[in-house]
Parts: sequence; C-alpha cells; structure tokens
Amino acid sequence: MSAETRRERAAHIRQLLDTEGENVHADATHINEARYDAAAEFEAYEELRTEAREIKADAIERLPELIDQVTDAVESNGGQVYLADDAADANRYIEEVAGDADSLVKSKSMTTEEIEVNDSLEAAGVDVHETDLGEWVLQVADESPSHIVGPAMHKSREGIAELFNERFDPDDPLETAEELTAFARDWLGERIRDADVGMTGANFVLAESGSIVLVTNEGNARKCAVAPDTHVAVAGVEKLVPSIRELQPFVELIARAATGQSIAQYVTTLSPPVETPALDFDDPDTPLSEAGIGGGGDGGGSDGNDDREFHLVLLDNGRSAMREDDQLRETLYCIRCGACANSCANFQHVGGHAFGGETYTGGIATGWEAGVHGQDSAAEFNDLCTGCSRCVNACPVKIDIPWINTVVRDRINRGVGDASDASDAPEFDFLVEGLTPDEEPGGLTPRKRFFGNFPTFAKLGSATAPVSNWLAGTGPSRALLERFLGIDRRRDLPQFERETLVEWFESRGGSRVAAADADREAVLYPDVYTNHVHTERGKAAVRVLEALGVAVRVPDVASSGRAPLSQGMFATAERHAHDADADLAEHIDAGRDVVVIEPSDLAMFAGEYEKFLPEKSAERLAESSYEAIEYVYGLLENGAERAALRRGDGERVAYHSHCQQRTLGLEAHTVAVLEGCDYDVLTSETECCGMAGSFGYKQEYYELSMDVGSDLEAQFTTDDARDRTVVASGTSCCEQLDALLERTSRHPVQLLDPARER
Amino acid sequence: MATETVATFESSLDELGVGLTRTDPEGFDDALAAILDEPAVGVPLRIDGVSLDDVPVTVDPTLAELRAARTGVTPVGTAVATYGTLAIESSPAGDEPVSLFPERHVAVVREEDIVWGLDEAFARLDEAFDAGRDSVVFATGVSATADMGSMVEGVHGPTAVHVVVVES
Ligand code: SF4
Repeated sequence: MSAETRRERAAHIRQLLDTEGENVHADATHINEARYDAAAEFEAYEELRTEAREIKADAIERLPELIDQVTDAVESNGGQVYLADDAADANRYIEEVAGDADSLVKSKSMTTEEIEVNDSLEAAGVDVHETDLGEWVLQVADESPSHIVGPAMHKSREGIAELFNERFDPDDPLETAEELTAFARDWLGERIRDADVGMTGANFVLAESGSIVLVTNEGNARKCAVAPDTHVAVAGVEKLVPSIRELQPFVELIARAATGQSIAQYVTTLSPPVETPALDFDDPDTPLSEAGIGGGGDGGGSDGNDDREFHLVLLDNGRSAMREDDQLRETLYCIRCGACANSCANFQHVGGHAFGGETYTGGIATGWEAGVHGQDSAAEFNDLCTGCSRCVNACPVKIDIPWINTVVRDRINRGVGDASDASDAPEFDFLVEGLTPDEEPGGLTPRKRFFGNFPTFAKLGSATAPVSNWLAGTGPSRALLERFLGIDRRRDLPQFERETLVEWFESRGGSRVAAADADREAVLYPDVYTNHVHTERGKAAVRVLEALGVAVRVPDVASSGRAPLSQGMFATAERHAHDADADLAEHIDAGRDVVVIEPSDLAMFAGEYEKFLPEKSAERLAESSYEAIEYVYGLLENGAERAALRRGDGERVAYHSHCQQRTLGLEAHTVAVLEGCDYDVLTSETECCGMAGSFGYKQEYYELSMDVGSDLEAQFTTDDARDRTVVASGTSCCEQLDALLERTSRHPVQLLDPARER
Repeated sequence: MATETVATFESSLDELGVGLTRTDPEGFDDALAAILDEPAVGVPLRIDGVSLDDVPVTVDPTLAELRAARTGVTPVGTAVATYGTLAIESSPAGDEPVSLFPERHVAVVREEDIVWGLDEAFARLDEAFDAGRDSVVFATGVSATADMGSMVEGVHGPTAVHVVVVES
C-alpha cells in the first residue's frame, strides 16, 4: 500500500466513522449484548453448537449425495432443481423462469445479492421489489447492504424518513418508525399482490424432503413464497442439511446468535410446491378452495389445477472448490447469522461498508469473498481483522474465523501481494529483507516484513538501546517509518530495555527457590515484549511465582510466531512454532509447567499450534501452558500462601482483560486472585481495547483503533474509575490504555509482586 | 396434559404480548365470538367437537373477503409451551394466508396438542413429514421489525395474535 493509498483508506474510514459509525455502533452493540444474554440463559447452547457443527461438517462432506437427493425429492414434489455453476448461469435460468413476468417480489437473501439477480432481472424487463424492510430501504436508496442480517443497519430513522419523503412524497410527511413501517407495509403489500413471481433465499434446505426453511421476523418471506403462483428459491449448495431431523439445533441457535431472540418470529418449512392456494388477486371472487392447489398430486382439496410452480436454484459459484480447500471449507458451515460482525469491535465502530467485500461483510466475509469472488475482493478488507478472536465464541457453528482471515492473508501475500507497496520503497524493502531472513515471498510488503519479524527487531533494539530508542523517537525517523512502513507517528513506539529479562534472570543467579525444595517448577515464557520491552512485568512474575514456592526458570526460548502469524506469514510462523516447541519440550518432559504472560502467545499455544505441529506435540504444549495469573490462581487453590503476595488493602483497580484471554475463558481467574488479595476490582465491560498489536500502529487504521478504544476510555474515566489503578493483561491493551488515559497501566502480576513499592 | 405445560404456555404467550382464552367445546362459540374483530375469515378447524359453523366467520373465503378481513381463524396442530410457538400447517384450505394476511390471527389449539419444548414439537414434525404433511410455519408472537429505527410490531404479518385453548 503506497503512502497515498494509505491516506485515502484513512480518509474513507474517517468518513464512515462520521456518517455510519454511530448507527452501526448502536445497533451492533445492542444486538451483541442481547446475544450474550440469550446464550447465558440457554443451558444447551454449547452442546448445540457442537451438534450443529457436526451436522454441517457431515453435510458438506456428503454434499454431492445430498444434491442428488434433494433433486429427486423436489422433482417428486412437482418442482424443479437447477444446479447453477456461477452467477451468470443462475441468472440465465432465473430469467428463463421469469419468462414474460412483469414483476417479482423478493425476500431478503444474501445469495441473490451475490449473483446480483436484481440487475439481471431488471435488464430483462422485470420489476423487482425487495420486501424485507431494511433491504427495501437500500433498494430505494440505491445502496448496498452493510450487514448480513440488518442490511440497513447503517441508516438512521431520520435518514430513512428523509429518503421516503423525498422519493414518495406522501401527503403527510413520514416521521416515526411506526409511520415508516406502515407506509412500507402498504406499499409493498400492493407489490406482493401484483407480483407474478416470488423469490426467496433459504436458510436451510432439507435434502430428504426437498423442503426449504425460511427464518424471518417480518413475515415477508412467507408472503413471497405463497402469494404468487411461481416461487423461485435461490440457495448456495452449502445450505443443504440431510433432513428435518437435523434442523432443530439450527432453529434453536440461529435467532439467538443473530439477534438474541430465543426463536425467530417465523420459522417456515415449506416443501413446495405447497398446497396453499395460489392467490390470484385479479380474480378476487373465487373461494380459496377453488383457487387451485399445488402440483403435488396427493394434496387432495379442490380440483387440483396444478397452478403452482417451484424452482430451487442451487448455486455453486466457487463452493465446490471451497469444499476441496482444507482451509476455506469451514466457511461453508456458516449459517449467516451475522454474530461475527456484531461481536467484532472494529465492525461495531466502522460498519460493513468499510468491512465488506463485494457482497459479504464482517468476520466470516473474508472466507466468503475469497471463495466466491476471489482473493482480490477479500484483500481489501482482510486487514481490518486484528485476530482478536472475539468472534470465535460468537459463532454458532464454531468456525475459526480469525484463522480463515489469516489464511487468506497468507495467500494474498503469496499471490500478487501488494505490488504497489513493494515498488513504492524498493530500497527499504531490501533493507528490511536483509535484516530478516524469513521464508516469505519476495512480494511481501516491507511493513508486513517489519511487523512479522518484530522479534528480530526487538533483539536488535535491545542490543542497541538506548540508541535505538532515541533514534526511533526522533522526528526524522518517525517520518521515515511513517512514509515507508505506514507506522503512524502519533503512536508511541516500544522502548527496548538494554538488559533483557533472560539476561536479568541469569545475572541474578537463577531461581531463588531451588528445584529440590519446590513442589512445582515452572518455565516463565519470555515472550518478545516481556523479554525486550516490559521486563518489569517479567521480573514481577518471577518474584510472584517464587513467593508461592515455585522454582522458576527463564530460558532463552524462540518466539511463538504470533507476530508473523498476524501478518499472514505462515511459513515464518510455522518455523517459530517448531522452534518454540523444541525449546519447551525438554522442560515439559522434565515436568515443568509453562507460564505465559502474554495472552496472545498462550492463545497461540492453545489454539493455532495444532495447525503447525504434530497433534501430540501441540496437545502436550497446550496442556502444560498456563496464563500467568491463571497459574497463580491454581497455586492458591492448591494451598499456596496468599500472604506471600503483595496485598491490596482495598486498593481500587480498573482491570481490562485481553480479547484472546477472554475467548479462552481466563478473565475470571485474574479477578478472583486480585479480589482474594484484597483489591477492589472494577472490570471493563468493553471487551476490546482496539489495538490488537500491529493494527493500532498502522497509519490508515490509527483513528479507527482510537475510536474503538474510546469506549474503554469512557469506562475508565467515569467518577468511579478515574482514580483507580489501571491494570491490563496484554501488551497491546496496555499500550492502547497508555495512549487513552493519563495514568500508566500495568500487568496484574505487578500488583501482586512482593517487591512492589507501597 | 400437565397443567404446568399450559401454565408455561400461557406465560410464554404473555411475554410475547399474545392473549390466551381457555374454553371447552360447549363454551367455544361464545369464547370465540368474544375475541373476533369482524369481518373474520377462517379455515375448517379439524378439531373434534368445535367448528366455525355457528360463529360469524366466513369459511372458505374469496380473496376479496380475505383482503377485507380483520381477523383470520385457523387451527394449530402443535403449540410449544416454552416458546409460545404455534405450528401452522399449510393446507389447501388456506391456513397460511388466513393466518398471515389479516391484522389479527386467532389460533385454535387443543389442550393436548400443547407440548413442552421444541424437542417434542420436532418429534411431531418428523412424524408429520413421514405422513406427507411437510409444510409448516412455527410462528412465535407477532411479526416485527427494527429496520425503521426502533422495534415496530406488525409488518407483513399480523399485528395481534390470540390463542384459544380447547380443553377436552
Ligand atoms: S478476530 Fe476479532 S477482529 Fe477478526 S473478525 Fe473476529 S472479532 Fe473481528
């Protein structure tokens, strides 16, 4: 990305923050809260997530078989199935079905957005009307959806009123939500009555019975499906599940995940052509029973004029290839609930128009766009994912969304990459490349190289401190860093310590607790930041562990690979993983625990390593690793002396956990330990600080990062919080908090440090 | 039928803003008449002991009558107590449009067809599918949207729903 592109991107984000951010923020955070409540109230939630995932995995595995089965089923019901290769193929078929129809009413469907069926039908002379209110607003405004579930989430009531008043010029200007809704209902009601064809998507398709399942709140899908005598349902092939017997988990999950409702207003299972009489509004005086029924044959009822036509268009459009792709396959499990978008802090602040590709938006969109529109379409916004992992637990089918984002990032690096960037600064690229012998392709941008090889730079930084710190702080170097690497000069850079944690530990003569006297022995994992930048928290951790009777080691261990992974530099990350595992293996074999300070490194050991290492190695490391305070918690539970730690005496603290730490379910341990040591803890409700490592340094995202951070700032500057000691578990969280607040933050282990000054 | 199931059903409906009337076959006509907004249309109830013969409801309406109707009366095959959900089948008589187009839907359910949870409802649905009755709507509460800036009830579907439970 050239400096010019970065500036443009920053301007675009700023504009979206100003115009759409507020509406999206209100809605997305509200729905996200509702989702939390719905999940908490529902005991079977976790169990059903597992079940739903298994059903999807099996269905995708057996997809060709299910396609054959559904074809037979729909045909024997009297309908037609068309398997469309791509958008053009689907549109050609749909146009044929529409024939000389004048108008068509549609119920919201992302799949039809994907093939842009409206444009194709309009070109063929068919009037197309969206009937979902949000979707219709966009049609009137000629805009694209900004959210999978709430397409018009970015628009305010005032904006919609203005749009309608201008466009339809009603006798009394519309103002309230009720008035707008009533107007839309009447206007669309007429279109539904007049329509020759009804088009819907399908949330699920049941192979055995040939049924389609529509989940809606408004009731428009029901009307589109049954009012006109011709119904076309368009669904991606991934929507197939075997039968009605597999449907229940999804019905229980989808509304909870999407909007926090326990069940959607209407869950409609239709096996078309349905027996419901077709409503011929040109012939208002015939009783319904004589109006003609479905073509099923066994329908009974009236004289059986087979009035109804049904077409199921199953869209491939890249999905078969996704199915063959070990990394993208999981995307096909997606049930389009939008929970990943709602849970994503960046999405909450800037909305889908910054976050979206051609059709899809939000967390899982990278997978969809890469699969159906190609990598270029995904590249544009893949960057907005910080890998914070908040969406991981939000997904009702447990898709590892950040992993998909990272995979696509790696592929983008390896594909055309960002050629403009490389050619933008060839000398600098050469310089960075010379310093960092990694495994990555030549086209990789200097910035990615820089962040991805941060461990190497950190070594250099410590070795040359304080000169490196001084250099990095000067105006000219900041200008260079900004120009060539796009590192925003408003961001403070890490200050390297001359003596690393490992060196300090060695020079003090190792552990103060001898292994022979200790019940437990632990390796304190010296992550890059703790070792080179925040050595204080490492030293505090050593003292805390020793105070609790643990024999400690701080060996020189390879970095985890988190830095290259977040840049999508897989090969480099994989090498780091192997090195770190090799370094730690001997300790684990000797029965030592691995204590990790940086939550993102722990998340790496607990999660991503299974993708890089042999199963056994990954499992062993995951099982032996603990987050620092989680470990303290365990020690105290097992009888270690709490009195050995520095007590709080009621000290008031404001604590912000780390996104990945929360995903792993480890926030509560810190709160419990601090409270147990007599600290008065206020926890942050905002889950994300907005920094997530390299993201917050990037010039084009700096403002978004600060905007996300403003929620946290607001909470920690209330009357109740203003005088509290600020505590955070992650490096990037601390950096962001330091930028947001006047007080400096520290790691919780520093509070417990017996050597901490009063 | 466990009274607990009916009580739970009632409180679920209450939360959804849906009213409930209990009656037995003898009292059915009066109970129904009391909650109808006329003109009303309906489909045959398919429930022993009760019918729409002696109430002001047009059965087998024309489209014009359907459009003019303020209330639509349909039977409900299964109701789910924990969610307040009503399973409306699709039939040639027009259960789907009659329950969907008028602003008020009156749903008639036998007490013994109220099941506890979605598990039981799905077990019944599975049987119905086997028997060829494979189009059904699970309707919960009234239609709603938040697309216009705040929550509004009654969009394309009914604005009000009322359930009549027929005890045997
Ligand atoms: S990992 Fe975080 S930033 Fe990335 S999509 Fe998920 S919630 Fe958004």
